[in-house]
Amino acid sequence: MTPVDGSWTLRVRNYLSRHLPAANLLPDRQPHYVQSWVYVFGVVTIASLVWVILSGIVLSFFGPQWWHVSRIGRFVNSLHFWTVQMFFIFMVLHLWGQYFAAGWRDGRARTWMVGVVIFLVSIVAAFTGYVSQQNFDAQWIAINAKDAMNSVGAGAFFNVLNFGQMYGIHIVLIPLAIVFLVGLHVLLVRLKGVVKPIETRARVA
Amino acid sequence: MTRNPQQTQEEYFRGIPTIPYDLLKEMTIALLVTLAVVVGLAAFLSSPDVKPETIQAWATVQPVDFVTTATGELAGTTVSAQYGPPYNSGSGSVQGFGFFSPQTWLGVHQPVDPPNEFVLHPLTVHAAGDADLAAALDSYGKADDKTRSGWLEGYGKALKDAKEDSGTVTVASGHYGPLPVMMASLLNLAQAGGLDGLLLSHGGFYQTDYTRPLLFMGDGTYLAGLASDQKLAGNQWGVMNETGSYPGQSWLWLYTFWYQVPPFLGSSNADLGVVMTVTVMSLGLLLVPFIPGLRDIPYWIPIHRLIWRKQPIRVGPPKPTPSG
Repeated sequence: MTPVDGSWTLRVRNYLSRHLPAANLLPDRQPHYVQSWVYVFGVVTIASLVWVILSGIVLSFFGPQWWHVSRIGRFVNSLHFWTVQMFFIFMVLHLWGQYFAAGWRDGRARTWMVGVVIFLVSIVAAFTGYVSQQNFDAQWIAINAKDAMNSVGAGAFFNVLNFGQMYGIHIVLIPLAIVFLVGLHVLLVRLKGVVKPIETRARVA
Repeated sequence: MTRNPQQTQEEYFRGIPTIPYDLLKEMTIALLVTLAVVVGLAAFLSSPDVKPETIQAWATVQPVDFVTTATGELAGTTVSAQYGPPYNSGSGSVQGFGFFSPQTWLGVHQPVDPPNEFVLHPLTVHAAGDADLAAALDSYGKADDKTRSGWLEGYGKALKDAKEDSGTVTVASGHYGPLPVMMASLLNLAQAGGLDGLLLSHGGFYQTDYTRPLLFMGDGTYLAGLASDQKLAGNQWGVMNETGSYPGQSWLWLYTFWYQVPPFLGSSNADLGVVMTVTVMSLGLLLVPFIPGLRDIPYWIPIHRLIWRKQPIRVGPPKPTPSG
């Protein structure tokens, strides 16, 4: 093995230049079957996530009390609230769309699995957000959710009654995880391209 | 399945007609449209924000419930006092199926001592400058367990017929030792707002941990009543609801569903059972590409014909199986 053959950098570069050239990363043409409404859901999910994060950055900058006492803060919180709702609606539509398209075919199982992990982590993101609201809903959710967490032992290190812990997880750790996972998901989509339509005759044959 | 995992997109899509596509333009349009929609929703519908409850409000609005709960904390009969891990060594809320009880395995990690932390410590702080309360606490401290139990049991029973008058609680005469003085002082402290601060500060200055005040409030019926009014109770699918008419965590509908049906409905192990069930279902969703049956449903229910309305193209192997 020559020194060049053993280069990790070169291997990655060669892989990317073969599988993810600029034309695949930022394509200007797509297979004709991409002319379907189902492909809109993924894009709108990401667009919603962008606004979730931007509104969340503003909220976190001014602190958790701000939106309770400021009209502008209340509006930014409302943006955050509704973008979260949109994010979930379109993420679930995207998930079901990909399920009935069997989007994991032809070597795309990793893409599917990363997508499901994003969905599950997003549920934790929303949950930690709901218990960080510092209002009655947050109190009640925390009081009830503690029993589920405690029953599986998670309450030993994930204390939903601890606002500081939930808020930190909500505004730092989980957003980092989601951004990383969404980046990975999009990268996998671009690496493999859009899966071909299901050919029922071929399946039955 | 890709027969050749090294197959490039050029090879995969060979022979398939393509159309012009502008990824960045599509993303920009999606961003602008979603922004317009959420700005409209935020402007016209705002967002939910029902003020949090306080121990002060609880003690003011429902003093009998407050005193009853505080007496229960002192007697060690409340949910929190008997909870078990991660708060204390009780077993009242420990869930498990036979030997399978992760709650027990992980032990006490958030120690909470309701009799002392919710009642006796705040009263000790409050007793500075209050000779009657100091004497009552001294009397309570010096009494033996049997005497205390008698006082607590008698006072607890009397509270069932307690009367509220101008924010104070009165019970029928009886042998309750120092408890009436202690509970009147605790009620007074709570109504003044002092107990909220004492339970939160827990001897420190900076605090963000609301474990103690929330556990205490959760032991009463005041908070649960308000939650029920807002359709947030467990039997109202409350996990996925929000205050007012706003959408809540609707994505938790399946999780909430399991609490409404046997065998989890009314089960003392409902939380553990539901979490395990949903965990298994989540793993199933994650591993759909590898599970025969689940991965075949899209072929049996041809919704893909709605997705791809044009004549599909041939894709090769008859029985695709995924690969990571």
